[in-house]
Amino acid sequence: MTTDRPAPRVRRSDDHARGVALPGLLWVPAAAAFALIALPVVGLVLRADWARLPDLLLSESALTALRLSLETAAISTVLCILLGGPLAAVLARGRKRWLRWIRPLVLLPLVLPPVVGGLALLFLLGRMGLLGRVLDTWFGITVPFTTAAVVLAQTFVALPFLVVSLEGALRTAGDRYEAVAATLGASPWLAFRRVTVPLVLPGLASGTVLAFARCMGEFGATIAFAGSLEGVTRTLPLLVYLERETDTDAAIALSLLIVVVAVLVIAIARPRGADGLR
Amino acid sequence: MTDPWLSARVLVRRPAFTLDVEFTAEHGEVVAVIGPNGAGKSTLLGVLAGLLVPDGGEIRLGDRVVTAPGLHVPPHRRGVGLLAQQAMLFPHLTALANVAFGPRAHGVPRAAAEARARELLAAVDAADLAHRRPARMSGGQQQRVALARALAPRPELLLLDEPLAALDVDAAPAMRSLLRRLVRAERQTALLVTHDALDALVLADRVVVLTDGRIVEQGPTREVLARPRSAFTARIAGLDLVPGVALADGLRTADGTTVAGRLDGVAVGEPAVAVFPPAAVSVFAQEPKGSPRNVFPVRLAAIEPRGDVVRLRASAVPGGPGWVDGLAADVTPAAVADLGLEPGMVLWFAVKAAETAVYPAR
Repeated sequence: MTTDRPAPRVRRSDDHARGVALPGLLWVPAAAAFALIALPVVGLVLRADWARLPDLLLSESALTALRLSLETAAISTVLCILLGGPLAAVLARGRKRWLRWIRPLVLLPLVLPPVVGGLALLFLLGRMGLLGRVLDTWFGITVPFTTAAVVLAQTFVALPFLVVSLEGALRTAGDRYEAVAATLGASPWLAFRRVTVPLVLPGLASGTVLAFARCMGEFGATIAFAGSLEGVTRTLPLLVYLERETDTDAAIALSLLIVVVAVLVIAIARPRGADGLR
Repeated sequence: MTDPWLSARVLVRRPAFTLDVEFTAEHGEVVAVIGPNGAGKSTLLGVLAGLLVPDGGEIRLGDRVVTAPGLHVPPHRRGVGLLAQQAMLFPHLTALANVAFGPRAHGVPRAAAEARARELLAAVDAADLAHRRPARMSGGQQQRVALARALAPRPELLLLDEPLAALDVDAAPAMRSLLRRLVRAERQTALLVTHDALDALVLADRVVVLTDGRIVEQGPTREVLARPRSAFTARIAGLDLVPGVALADGLRTADGTTVAGRLDGVAVGEPAVAVFPPAAVSVFAQEPKGSPRNVFPVRLAAIEPRGDVVRLRASAVPGGPGWVDGLAADVTPAAVADLGLEPGMVLWFAVKAAETAVYPAR
């Protein structure tokens, strides 16, 4: 059939496009904004002691902190997906009226100073805390100042990143595909797994990257709730802060390491799935 | 008399709108639902599919009650399929996986589900698209795959919500003949929402006309479209309709004008409609003297080219009869030029009594 030709694909980089011109004035603040992001990193690079860099980065304490940061951030990110994914789905699709009172509260860790979040966790789970007392007397479990506390602190601050981007993706996708799936005989659970999740995969991916990056950079809540014990709770950002007082070169070297990890995360895990779906 | 296979009584109350309908369908029958925008057609389909919960009523499919007060069988357990205006193929799945989705959801093993999907893709002339994703198909191709997908789980009732409306003029005929082959000829029980008299004639055994949430007429497709009883149906059928009360030799409208016509099965004094085809209307720039008995002044509202004729759409002139609003007259393009027609002009429409049928309004 001659009329059935594939729909033209959307051109991505289009040198021919001369649509509505961008106001030239926008370039000035835009350049300033970019400089504000990029120049401090350049400053770090210039100030670094490149000769000592290998030694500083391969030191026992640096490697320990790096491993702890990667491990805790990975576990926290998985927790964010397992808990935040369902929360986003409930917020986006739930029909209960009281849900709209819940939504703003989810953003709390995003606007709260992390130190305050850490203190709140301490008062909940500390030995004298509401839940901590129960855990301590009944099960002999103490959460604060353990690696588990690091994971909890990171999950606390990173959850909104995942929930917000995933909820947005769910709302954009709408529930019309799920309605079609239902008329084809798919139970709500099957429709969720085989239709909803694949459709919002790009949103889930970008939310995951954001959450992981936030976990890697977490400082305030960790130091308040988990302290700074080498090998147990001293993650990279905490080590940077500690070394800043005694060995500036070491602090700069570790900072560069964090920058490299962050750039790698963005480069490797940048969501690409979005292109294939539309 | 045996019970009909599908019987539905649906009541939906919205702040600005009430849907209150009752209809039936036999097994293997295709029923067209036509009506103006906002008449409640999509709401009705939503209720039948189980996607909306009505405020009242009862829906029975075969010997299963799927909706009743306090009872709501969820959409995935109803066996009611849906093909809408947009194909809504799952964008992350190939055509084959889209069509196999329904059988898989019903627990059919993968190999058997894919065999059924291949069979249906071949039936909709899309076998070569099996491994394509929707983004790489045309609108017509997507809609054909969507039809295959809707049929794959063997729905007991198939809902077709204007399945041709979003297709371009080249793709629509192919889709229409597919629907005729796979739905009507296969005796698939279906409800077809459409705006198009042609779709109803080609695809449906019966027509239900819905206006403002109520059924205003229903019956075998041919009969309803040949003898419309409401302004909307007349317009769909491409006929002119004037409501009124039957006289011995025609009809008297609400404002007292007389339209001459031949009576057909209606007694004097009964509510009736006078119906004539737009091609039977002659158009004059001045009031004609002589033979035609039905002559009325109109204001020319619109000029619509339709193939080799031009359709003139009338509106009322101040002081003239109001019921001329919306009447159509088909003239030749040459006549448009000769009369120097322009929207806003006052014209005279004339219809011979012999061309005008007057029959009961109910």
